Amino acid sequence: MTKTRTVLAAISVSLLASTSAFAGDVRIMWYSDGVEGDVIQDLLNRFMKDNPDIHVTLDNVAYKVIQEQLPIQLEAGQGPDIARVTNIKELAQHWLDLRPLVTDPKYWDDNFGDTLDWMRPDGSKAIPGFMTQLTLTGGFANKTLFEQAGVALPGDKASWDDWINAAAEVAKSQQLPAAFAIDRSGHRISGANISYGANYIGPDSTPAKVDDGTKAFVGKLVDWTAKGLMLKDTWVSAAGSTYRAAADDFVNAQIPFYYSGSWQVANLSTKIGDSFDWVATGSPCGTAGCSGVKGGAALVAIKYTKNPKDVAKVMEYLAREDVVKEFSERTLFLPAHKGVIEKGGLKWVSTDKNVGPALDKFVKAAGETLPAADALPPWKWANAYYAALVTRVSQVMAGELTLDDAWGKVDQDIADKVAEAK
Amino acid sequence: MTAAATLKTWTGAALAAPVVWLASIVNVPLKSWQRATGTGGMAAFFLAPNMAIFGIFVLVPLVINFFYSATSGTAYFLQDRTYVGLEQYQRLLDCGSYLDTATCREDLFWKAVHNTGLFVVVQVAMMTIVSIATALILNREIVGRSFWRAVFFFPVLLSPVVTGLIWRWILQRQGLLNLIVHDMGGEPYNWLTDRFWAFTAAVSVSVWAHMGFYTLILLAGLQAIPRDLYEAAEMDGTKPARVFWRITLPLLMPNLLVVIVLALIRAVQIFDEVYVLTGGGPGTSTLYLTQYIYEIGFASLLRNPGLASAASILMGLVLVVLTLLQLQVGRRGERKGARE
Repeated sequence: MTKTRTVLAAISVSLLASTSAFAGDVRIMWYSDGVEGDVIQDLLNRFMKDNPDIHVTLDNVAYKVIQEQLPIQLEAGQGPDIARVTNIKELAQHWLDLRPLVTDPKYWDDNFGDTLDWMRPDGSKAIPGFMTQLTLTGGFANKTLFEQAGVALPGDKASWDDWINAAAEVAKSQQLPAAFAIDRSGHRISGANISYGANYIGPDSTPAKVDDGTKAFVGKLVDWTAKGLMLKDTWVSAAGSTYRAAADDFVNAQIPFYYSGSWQVANLSTKIGDSFDWVATGSPCGTAGCSGVKGGAALVAIKYTKNPKDVAKVMEYLAREDVVKEFSERTLFLPAHKGVIEKGGLKWVSTDKNVGPALDKFVKAAGETLPAADALPPWKWANAYYAALVTRVSQVMAGELTLDDAWGKVDQDIADKVAEAK
Repeated sequence: MTAAATLKTWTGAALAAPVVWLASIVNVPLKSWQRATGTGGMAAFFLAPNMAIFGIFVLVPLVINFFYSATSGTAYFLQDRTYVGLEQYQRLLDCGSYLDTATCREDLFWKAVHNTGLFVVVQVAMMTIVSIATALILNREIVGRSFWRAVFFFPVLLSPVVTGLIWRWILQRQGLLNLIVHDMGGEPYNWLTDRFWAFTAAVSVSVWAHMGFYTLILLAGLQAIPRDLYEAAEMDGTKPARVFWRITLPLLMPNLLVVIVLALIRAVQIFDEVYVLTGGGPGTSTLYLTQYIYEIGFASLLRNPGLASAASILMGLVLVVLTLLQLQVGRRGERKGARE
């Protein structure tokens, strides 16, 4: 009888253990745009060697999983211990405050203070994590195609019209399917909208109605799509706010100009290799400026973790200056660590001659963003605005709505989202 | 008795022992149960495990879903949500004219309803015609008949995501179809950004993916038609078309009705292969109800679980009507069979 009880107890314990985290287990949900999955794994292997009592598991998932499944897991009080996310502000209530857990909170405030508001509820002093990279939206041009077409690359202060006209000339000369593409994302077009004077944020930080700035650029975008200058596939061939990148079309030299962001540098370098020369162009200008939108991915601790102390140890290691520097150099990401930025001297790990100038261009363009763009990353309703824009603008491009109808729908969608969140 | 036979007996006895032991334990309460409740009680006893699974995985989520549809908010836990009664239903049904989606408060829901309606009509008609034609061909004495039956059934075994991806690779701008068009001197076309072709692709791919299943049902029906009827018609010199309309189709009708109702239910639920193939585009021209519910409930940054639940309850009601229709058709078939 005693034997039977012992066996049953052992089975119960092992069943319970299989469904709960062991002390020392830390799970990270991670997505990759380029090589950062390999780099972070390498860094974590070193951490585990020095800290044998902590086992870190890196779950590499698709970006879609981070966008669609993680929020639901979090709402259910579940999820990984740490996650790399871009929907940073809207999910802020799920992040763990590391302030009481880290050995030197001042280090975090000093080095990541500028971006901590992006990831914590308004008015909070929490330390939820840190930005693994700073990003800036911006363009890329296929230099080889421009040269083959005998078209000069538009200069630093060239407008959106200048760029599209030049790219159209290249596309015509080289018999390409389109002149340019922008990723199917509200975030991507927001820099351009703001360059034409848009402001999404109304009084009391509530969403403003669609203004003339947004109408001006989106009107152009719809017109360019109708004329076949913008690659139709990216925006039209999906419904709702589904994200679609056009990077593969640029990599395959189907478009001479591509508007995306700094996080594509490593991806383009890896995939293009020496097939053709490419350059980062910064953001084309509108009537109000030449702005991109800053953003990035953050590594945040999740408050539902069973092992907060171990999570804090992992986060402290990954936020260390030397680790951030190495991570940035190997992934070709712009760092968010103040110490790393101020000391400079980053040695980008790449033999690709296009990479260094491209990253330098993005660093320079980061100083040209407009205040209305800088206000977006820590703004709670930015994602709702982006989603409504994508959903409705792509309907206009598909011929289902007129622009005038679309503006009303965008305002209504955002108002519904705000009402729903109350 | 040989050694092998002895071993076999002993092995059999050893394997049967636990079953016999278990049966002897269960036997006592079962007998008492039967005595108390009769044969009806025994049926309930054996159905109970299945009903428990059905209850936990279907009925309970259905009830929870209904509660969700009466709440609003972005939280996923029911206790964190605000009770709003029928507000989500009112929002979904708030329309100036149900025929003009632009006049509806939730225009995307009604767009999805319209798209689904058109998809169901066209897809079920195509599915039925193609399945009958295939079944008729496969019922003939053709060379390699078993092979062809396997070929037509094969897509049914594929995952819908695989089906969607295969056809996406064929139909996208830089896909196989455009490569062939280009090699033949034609102009490549952006099939999936054209509303007509995207719809045609959605219908055709779903027919391709599921017709094997319906063909099998019809094939079984064709093989059940007595041969002597055809022989008599042949002796009378009846034309093949007349044989089809006067003999084959009437006798195939019970199977055909089952096929139509099953295809209807499946078409209303269409999601995965079309979602992978077109993403609901171009614009929202292949956005169907299930995708709308998925997007608004989980995927979109504008997600609204309450609205998604209300939409799924409304869709569920349509499916209930179709299922009742299927039951009715089934019963009529049984009655007819019994009369004959």
